[in-house]
Amino acid sequence: MATLTKSVEEKKKINEQEALITGAEAIAIACKLANVDVVTAYPIRPYDTVMQYISQLVADGEMDCEFIVAEGEHSQFEIVKHASVCGARVFCGSSGVGWMYAMEALTVSPALRVPMVCMVGNRALDDPGAFGVEHNDALAVRDLGWMLTWVDSAQEALDTALIAYRVAEDRRIFVPLAISCDGAFLTHSQALVQIPAAELVQKFLPRYNRGELLLHPDNVISVAPQANEDWVMEIRRQNYAVTEIACDVIREVYADFERTFGRKYGNPFFEEYMTEDAEVVLLGMGTLSTPVKVAIRKMREQGKKVGFVRLRWFRPFAGPELAKCLERFKAIGVLDRDFSFGSPNLSGVVATEVRSAMYTGSSTRPPVLGFIGGLGGREVTVPDVEEMTEIVFKAAQGKPQPLTQWIGLRG
Amino acid sequence: MAQLFAVEIIYRGVFQKTLAKNITRGIVLAAHNEGKLGISFGRYGDAPERNGIPGKSFAIVADDELTLEAGMAQYEPKQVDVSVVLDDTLCKGTESWAWYGLRPVNGSLRPGRTLIVVSLQDAPTLLKNIHRRDQPYKLGIMKGIASFSGMWVYKDDHTDVRVLGAIAKAMPELFSLASVEKFITEKLKSPVKVTSAHTAFDRFTTIDVKPGQGNPEELFKFDLPGWSDMRGGVSIKGQPQGGPYADPITKELGGFRPARNELFKKYSSRTLRPVVNFATCTKCTLCWLNCPDASFDVTPDGTYDANLEVCCGCGVCEEVCPVKNCITMVNESEFHDNKSQWVAFKKDKDAYLKSLEKEITKAEPIEKRTHGFRYRGQYQEQVPAALEIANKR
Repeated sequence: MATLTKSVEEKKKINEQEALITGAEAIAIACKLANVDVVTAYPIRPYDTVMQYISQLVADGEMDCEFIVAEGEHSQFEIVKHASVCGARVFCGSSGVGWMYAMEALTVSPALRVPMVCMVGNRALDDPGAFGVEHNDALAVRDLGWMLTWVDSAQEALDTALIAYRVAEDRRIFVPLAISCDGAFLTHSQALVQIPAAELVQKFLPRYNRGELLLHPDNVISVAPQANEDWVMEIRRQNYAVTEIACDVIREVYADFERTFGRKYGNPFFEEYMTEDAEVVLLGMGTLSTPVKVAIRKMREQGKKVGFVRLRWFRPFAGPELAKCLERFKAIGVLDRDFSFGSPNLSGVVATEVRSAMYTGSSTRPPVLGFIGGLGGREVTVPDVEEMTEIVFKAAQGKPQPLTQWIGLRG
Repeated sequence: MAQLFAVEIIYRGVFQKTLAKNITRGIVLAAHNEGKLGISFGRYGDAPERNGIPGKSFAIVADDELTLEAGMAQYEPKQVDVSVVLDDTLCKGTESWAWYGLRPVNGSLRPGRTLIVVSLQDAPTLLKNIHRRDQPYKLGIMKGIASFSGMWVYKDDHTDVRVLGAIAKAMPELFSLASVEKFITEKLKSPVKVTSAHTAFDRFTTIDVKPGQGNPEELFKFDLPGWSDMRGGVSIKGQPQGGPYADPITKELGGFRPARNELFKKYSSRTLRPVVNFATCTKCTLCWLNCPDASFDVTPDGTYDANLEVCCGCGVCEEVCPVKNCITMVNESEFHDNKSQWVAFKKDKDAYLKSLEKEITKAEPIEKRTHGFRYRGQYQEQVPAALEIANKR
């Protein structure tokens, strides 16, 4: 949760407005505040709510942008890619199989250094056709040079969208960035959100300047030629260079966000909840934070020292920092709202990444247990969280536990 | 010590892709008849399905498995024992579609080894095009018309087995004629092809090419930049717009020459070049409009000069030109430079027009352009000439 810094609280009250809006609407408002130039849309649940809100803002005359309804997700992402290369600030998004249909356009964007900002309304991949949240859609681009972040509230969705433009359009970065919002839990539920003043956003967010990479008659360049083995490695190395400094840039931008708006997120990469004296922690991404936090407060009343780490940024993955944080606990349980069939230990994606980070970044290497749950939008319940925590405690006491377990599954 | 051999076949995609593959397969299988092991492969970066693009196929042969593996532990052989050029217009040097720069056809040859060229020309004429080198080598001409076909058809004119026969003569350590014969008999099952291989073996001779002998053209050199020196976003600086240029006689500026990429010249894809008669040109603009590569410079006279550094020889201009014998595609082997035809015309009109008479004397207006040939049916017309070469003892 973001907390307000006292010094700017008074000033902000004058400028800020409070509204009861969904996570999707919060992102639409961020697009308005960021003065986005080109928006492309193609309906698919739960992303479609954001295009609905943006089109309404355009229709109401509140937002001035090119709003293009494409004939499919592939074109949707191709159009913003080209607009971005021509210097436009762009917004796009999709969900589930729609995101996968755009995959070819998604893969080409990082090498072209396109700072497109997207919202992924996380949705299970077909089959079976299902609306509910799973994280495998956004995670499909995790190795391709995209930046990926998960938010857990409408407020964080709005703030992160502003941060996203500032990070992605930083000349040192220039890669696409996706903000993941859990379908239903975030995209479709309304919460009270502080909407910052447009003047402050203007101050926070400089104009997008593509410099010598701008495709324009005054700057004649040819983009994306065919290249052979003499060139491809060097091009990949350029994207690797982005990942080398991405964490530093994100840290800078969060610090400036706090200075400008007075809302403080602390460590940008992960949020720690009741970890100070915790013996074990759970770790996860997105809106499952709500039942986890409630369960933790309940277990704390029973004297169980358990905490929670919510991962915000999956790419870049703040490996050394996270490992340093986690090594002080006796055991860690990672709750994946995704699957990675056939992976080492058959765990989910996040558990596998956490183990990898711990192998090199921690001196203690506590057990990391993987849990798979909440798939297809299934509720992660408070008893589910309690059950996982019990298993993690057993591991902390030196009783070996299976490395991967399914939670909330009918037997 | 175990022996390692490498042979490269330099060919025209797509017209000779299957032919090149058949030859490298034949090399491996003929050598295998002597207990040797080998592999045959085409260079992956060549995109040999594209018309006229120079490509390479390789055969690597060794006495044993470990030696073969040592020969395979590289993208392609850097040094070869035999280079075979299947179309003599490739002797001007080759640029692969994947662009490694213009490479001479004898560039990979070990000193003293053999370059085989399929050609109707003699050695002095070929050496006007083949770049000179510092080490000596042998040049052998396998007399024949370049064997062109397409993606889905294979012209079985025995070029494959004739090349195998020539290699057996040039490099008996690789395989003997008897091994070629065994390969043809067992795998190709053609007694006539055995005869063709024998004939090629008997006829094949080489001459010694001395260091420094050959085309003196300096090859374009370039350095590959490091990753941090390269532009970001997979982008290349564009060309400026271009503009008028000077008449070689009057020095007056006029016309329009588009700026072009200095680093990428496509002329090595060309087997035919457009020859323009500037005296009959009606300035109708059709060649200039239809050229897929913007190869035509608009001369200060208002005529159109095919820029031969750029032109890849597709022949569209000849097909669209409405004037009889104004633009004619002529076999590239007739020419030894890429100089401007218009400049030659301006300097000496009579001499230029006289040279046209020689070059296009047999050229009737074409009915239908076709890939690899000037017009449809040209292949059938070549058959009697090919038979004459085959039968001449």
